[in-house]
Amino acid sequence: MNEMLTELGYTLGKIGFMLAVILGLLPAMIWAERKGAAYMQDRIGPNRASIGGIFRMGGLVHPIADVLKLVFKEDIVPAGVNRFFYHLAPFLVMVIALTTFAVIPFGDALYLGDKVIKLQVADLNVGVLYILAMTSLSVYGIVLAGWASNNKYSFLGGIRATSQMISYELNMGLAVMSLILATGTVRMDEMVQFQGHLLFGFLPAWGVVVQPLGFILFLVALFAETNRNPFDLPEGESELVSGYHTEYSSLKFALFFMAEYANMIVGAAIVSTLFFGGWQVPWLSTDLLRAHAGPLLTGSAIGATVLSFVFTAATWRHYERFRGRLGDRRELEPLILGILFFALGLATLGYVVFQKPWTIDSAMAAHFATVAQIGSFLLKTVFFAWLFIWVRWTLPRFRYDQLMRLGWTTMLPLALLNFFVTAGVVLLVNS
Amino acid sequence: MAYSVHGPKAVSGGAGARLRRGEAFYLVEIVRGMAITMRHLLYNMFHSSTMPTLEYPDERPEHGPWLRGRHRLMKREDGSPRCVACQMCATICPADCISILAQDDDRPDVEKSPESFEINLLRCVYCGMCVEACPCDAIRMDTGIFELAADSREAFIVDREFLLNNTTDGVNR
Repeated sequence: MNEMLTELGYTLGKIGFMLAVILGLLPAMIWAERKGAAYMQDRIGPNRASIGGIFRMGGLVHPIADVLKLVFKEDIVPAGVNRFFYHLAPFLVMVIALTTFAVIPFGDALYLGDKVIKLQVADLNVGVLYILAMTSLSVYGIVLAGWASNNKYSFLGGIRATSQMISYELNMGLAVMSLILATGTVRMDEMVQFQGHLLFGFLPAWGVVVQPLGFILFLVALFAETNRNPFDLPEGESELVSGYHTEYSSLKFALFFMAEYANMIVGAAIVSTLFFGGWQVPWLSTDLLRAHAGPLLTGSAIGATVLSFVFTAATWRHYERFRGRLGDRRELEPLILGILFFALGLATLGYVVFQKPWTIDSAMAAHFATVAQIGSFLLKTVFFAWLFIWVRWTLPRFRYDQLMRLGWTTMLPLALLNFFVTAGVVLLVNS
Repeated sequence: MAYSVHGPKAVSGGAGARLRRGEAFYLVEIVRGMAITMRHLLYNMFHSSTMPTLEYPDERPEHGPWLRGRHRLMKREDGSPRCVACQMCATICPADCISILAQDDDRPDVEKSPESFEINLLRCVYCGMCVEACPCDAIRMDTGIFELAADSREAFIVDREFLLNNTTDGVNR
C-alpha cells in the first residue's frame, strides 16, 4: 500500500514537472513568436505592457495581458452550433496535446537509494506508436470544431486539416518506421539509450545521423501535423478567416491558441527525442557525467558567474545610454535587472568559492547528471520550438494543391525509398 | 493549366520563370531564406536603436513648420484677438466647422470683434483655407498639435479663449 502511494507520488511529480515545462514554455513561445517576428521584419514588437509601470521585460508581460484579456472577454456561442461538439473541441485539442508528452523521457533513470525512478511519465513498451496515435488524434479536435461551428469557413478548415493529416501521417509513420528499423526498438527510453552510442568512435548515433532523410521527412510531416506555416492551411486567415476557430471566442479561443503552441512544444520534444538524442548530452554518457560531475559543475558555475556579470554590464550600459529618454519609472528597469544579475553573479561566485563544487559526493553527482540531462533535453526542445517560429516567419504558405502534391508525389516515394534502403542496410549489417 | 509541385511552370515573367535545378530542390533555398531572417533578427537585436520604428508617444515625430495642426487665434498687442469677425474663414470653410458671433467694438480703430469664435475640431478637415482667407492674419494653424482626444463630442468644440491660448510650441496655456 505504502509502496503504491510513493509510486503514485513520483508519477504525480513527473506529471507536474511535464505540465510545468509545457505551460511554462507556452507564454515564452508566444513571446518569442511575436518578438521574433517583429525583429525579423525590422519592427520593435510588443513592449508596452508593464508590471508596476517598471518591468516591461522586453514584451514578456504581454502574454499575461493577452490571457487576462481573453479570460474576461464574453464567451459567445453562435446560434446553430452543435453545442456538445462545439464545447468539446477546444478541450480535446488541448488535452491531446498535453497527453502526448506522457511517453517522452526527459532524463536517465534516477537511483534514489535502492529505488529506480524512470524520468518518463508513462513507460509504455509501444511508446513510438503511442505518439503516432496521439498526433493523429489531435486532428479530431480541429475537425470537430470546424464541423460543430456551422460555418462554411470553419468547415473548410476542418476538411483541410483532415486531408492534410491523412497525407502527412503516412510520411511521418514511414519515417518513424525507418527509425524503428535502425534502432531496433519501439520503446522511447531504449531509443534514447541507443542514441547515446558513438558511431565510428566520434559521431553521436543520433537519429539525424542514422536517418538524415527520415529526419527531414519527419520534420516536414510534423510541421503539417501541427498546422504550422508553411502548412497552416486549416486556419489560413487570408482565405478562411482563421478557419476552424473562427467561431470561437474568449477562453475557448485561448485554448485553441495555446493548444497550437503546446502542439509545437510537444512536436519539438518528439523531434529532439527521436532524432537528436533526447536527454543525451552529446559525447557525455550518464556514467561520464557522474564521474566528472565535479569539474563540470565547477565549469558551469563559473560560466554562470561570468554570464551574470556580462549581463550586469550590458544592463548597466543600457541604463546609462537611455537615461532620460523616457522620463518615467520605466527607466529603472535595466538598473533593477542589473542589480538582480549582479546578485546572481555574486551568489554563483560564492557557491564556487565556499561550497567547492569540485568536491561533490557521488549522490550529488547523480543528481547533477540528471539535471544536466534534463537541461540538454529542454535546450533541444526549445531549439526546435524556435525552429517552428523561425520557419513560419520565413516561408509563405503553400497552396492547397501544392501541399497535396508535395505530400503524395514527392515525400511518399522518398519515405518508401528511405524505408526500403534502411531495411536493406539493417539486413546487411545484421547478417 | 498544369501546375508542378514547384509552382506554376509559366508565369508572366516569361521564359526565365522556370526554376533552376537547385531552387527546385527547395531545402537549400529554405535554409537561405532562414539565414536572411536570422540575419535581420540578430542585427536588430544589437542595433535596436537603428530600427525605423518611432516609439510614439515616448518619441515625438518631427515635422516642418508647414504642418497644419490645431488652430490658434492671434492677439493684438493689448491681448485682444486680432479677428475682426469678417466671417471670411467661416464662409470658405469646406467643412463648415467655424461659427463666429460678431459684436460691435467700442475702440475707435476697431469696428467689430468676435463675441464668440468656435471651431468644431471633429468637423475640421485641416485644409488651411481659413488661414489663407483671413485678411488680417488672425488665425493660424502653426501650433504643431495634431492629436485629438477628449471624453465627449462637446469637448471638441473649442471656444475663443481656448484658441487664443494655443501657442506655437504645442501647448495650450
